[in-house]
Amino acid sequence: MAQVTLPIYNELLNDFSKLENLPEHAHIKEKRKEGLEIFKTLGFPTRKNEEWKYTSVTPFLQDNFRTNGSIPVSYHKFDVKSATIPGLDAYTILTVNGKLQPVSADLPSTIKIQGIADAAQDASLMKYFGTTARIQNAPFAALNTALFTNGFFIEVDANAVIEKPLHIIHVFTGEENSFVQPRNLIVVHKSAELTLIESIEADASSRVFVNSLVEVVLKENANMDHYILQEGERDVKLVQQNDVSQHKHSVYSNYTFSFPGASLIRNNLQISLDDERTETHLYGLYLGAAEQLIDNHSMVDHRKPNCESNEIYKGVLTGKSTGVFNGKVFVQQDAQKTNAFQQNNNLLLSEEATINSKPQLEIFADDVKCSHGSTIGQLNEDSIFYLQSRGISRDAACALLVNAFAFDVTDKIKIPELEHFINEKIAANIPTTNNG
Amino acid sequence: MLTIQNLQAQVEGKQILKGLNLNVKPGEVHAIMGPNGSGKSSLASVLAGRESYEVTGGSVDFDGKDLLELSPEDRAREGVFLAFQYPIEIPGVSNINFLKTALNEIRTYKGLDPLDAKSFLKLSKEKQKLVEFDAKLVNRSLNEGFSGGEKKRNEIFQLAMLEPKLSILDETDSGLDIDALRVVAKGVNTLRSKDNAFILITHYQRLLDYIVPDFVHVLYDGRIIKSGTKELALELEEKGYDWLKESVHEQTV
Repeated sequence: MAQVTLPIYNELLNDFSKLENLPEHAHIKEKRKEGLEIFKTLGFPTRKNEEWKYTSVTPFLQDNFRTNGSIPVSYHKFDVKSATIPGLDAYTILTVNGKLQPVSADLPSTIKIQGIADAAQDASLMKYFGTTARIQNAPFAALNTALFTNGFFIEVDANAVIEKPLHIIHVFTGEENSFVQPRNLIVVHKSAELTLIESIEADASSRVFVNSLVEVVLKENANMDHYILQEGERDVKLVQQNDVSQHKHSVYSNYTFSFPGASLIRNNLQISLDDERTETHLYGLYLGAAEQLIDNHSMVDHRKPNCESNEIYKGVLTGKSTGVFNGKVFVQQDAQKTNAFQQNNNLLLSEEATINSKPQLEIFADDVKCSHGSTIGQLNEDSIFYLQSRGISRDAACALLVNAFAFDVTDKIKIPELEHFINEKIAANIPTTNNG
Repeated sequence: MLTIQNLQAQVEGKQILKGLNLNVKPGEVHAIMGPNGSGKSSLASVLAGRESYEVTGGSVDFDGKDLLELSPEDRAREGVFLAFQYPIEIPGVSNINFLKTALNEIRTYKGLDPLDAKSFLKLSKEKQKLVEFDAKLVNRSLNEGFSGGEKKRNEIFQLAMLEPKLSILDETDSGLDIDALRVVAKGVNTLRSKDNAFILITHYQRLLDYIVPDFVHVLYDGRIIKSGTKELALELEEKGYDWLKESVHEQTV
């Protein structure tokens, strides 16, 4: 296989033997082995793999990387304040290269957060770890499962309503190339509610490849709002898999915002509707600039009847950036009375920007309501002129129009302070236009 | 205030304005009439700076500045306002935020401080009342789902808010029923002062019953072929444009 020639491939395989002595539960050790076997079979994906058709990762994996134990997990130079959301009352928590830093927030007793290594013998962790992650045919997820080193485990007690949002700021750092693999697990128990904001940030000089995997389990009637803000610098690459399992009557809302910065962002957001009457909302906004590649793959798997899913992803691409949207909706034979909606709209603001949009609906049940749509367009010159004719500069007019384009998504943000924060970021990231 | 000399312009290679002259002083209201395709709306577009129009000759002086050298936004900031024949719908941009942005950009250009939220709201309420603009529409997306009359009223509301020196109303009367027309006319009449000026571009004499012009010009084939007072409009209403067209053709022959 071509991938074997990547120096990092052997480096990672070597790491595996070092992990065997960790004081981990047999269940985790078992999962690691399974992950390794899958990864060895698949190797890093090439564009021949349908799931990676538009995104080539090999150029980002050419160099030598630090892996696992040799990566620093406390020191960083990132200004954490710049990631905090003005006016928002939240429990703020920091991770560095995936490692949970000491928690100073005064968390209620109904929520528990610990480093995944510290929870290595935790009964709950054992029960849920690896149950949601889809690692078959998923090289990065398999690799993460085999070799993850840090991450967090959050558990919200049954009937607990965590009123303030939990804001986790993930800082990725390292001036030498690092290959970081955090593994996170979130379990929201019966009738509990959680709002989680995750900010992905990096030092200006960071050279990091992040391969992270998050598992989310929502038990019966649980409700979770999950906001993900992705920023970073040119030498940051993010591959993030987010696998969710929803039980009866649960509601999961995911909001993913990708901003200019990291040269590669690949999101795999996969929702498994494992019981009846669940509700799922997936909102995404990606602003690509320079030579950035932002790839959003999502999958909603309707496995049971009477579930509702709703997905809106919007992209604004400038410079030589490339966007990829692949949204899969599966409606399994059992999943009668499914209601599934999907929409992807894109604005191309430069001649050299590219978008590959691929909605994919596979329906095996006969009594369902499903729709999807995809558009690609430019800013309307008549609208720009109308705004200009009222004294608004061309750039400000474009900013207004891009904000308006993003409105369908930003309007869904339930936290006003966060909505304001995101809108400001959108405005700040709209490039000065080159007249069409 | 506005001096247009020998203005020539084309769009997509087609000559539309062929040497147009017009002089507008503060306090005046000018009506420009003419048959379809004579260049009325093109004149409005050229003055506002629409990019698809290429000026191929002549000059436009606006209060001592070369208007044609300015970007569309700077023309607006200098005090030129175009009420669109077909106002654009912009979903997702709230009417009021748009106006606040516009007003404050104009104020910044003039070296004034931006209005704070309270003063802006007060001003907006005042002007809404003045032009009878429905408060419910103020917070909606810009023109989205507005009826034809509501869109035109919104143009007049914007005009009232931005207080331009020169307002060009491009067929503001088209598509309006008589009640809507009265409201729009009343708004304009209230806003008229000795310091500002209006150019009314219209097809019909009807509007001029409500907004009485000081001068009436007939635009035909890219030129103003006849100028007069409000009586000229009545004459046009009665006789149509053909008698004027003939006289032009005779001249050319």
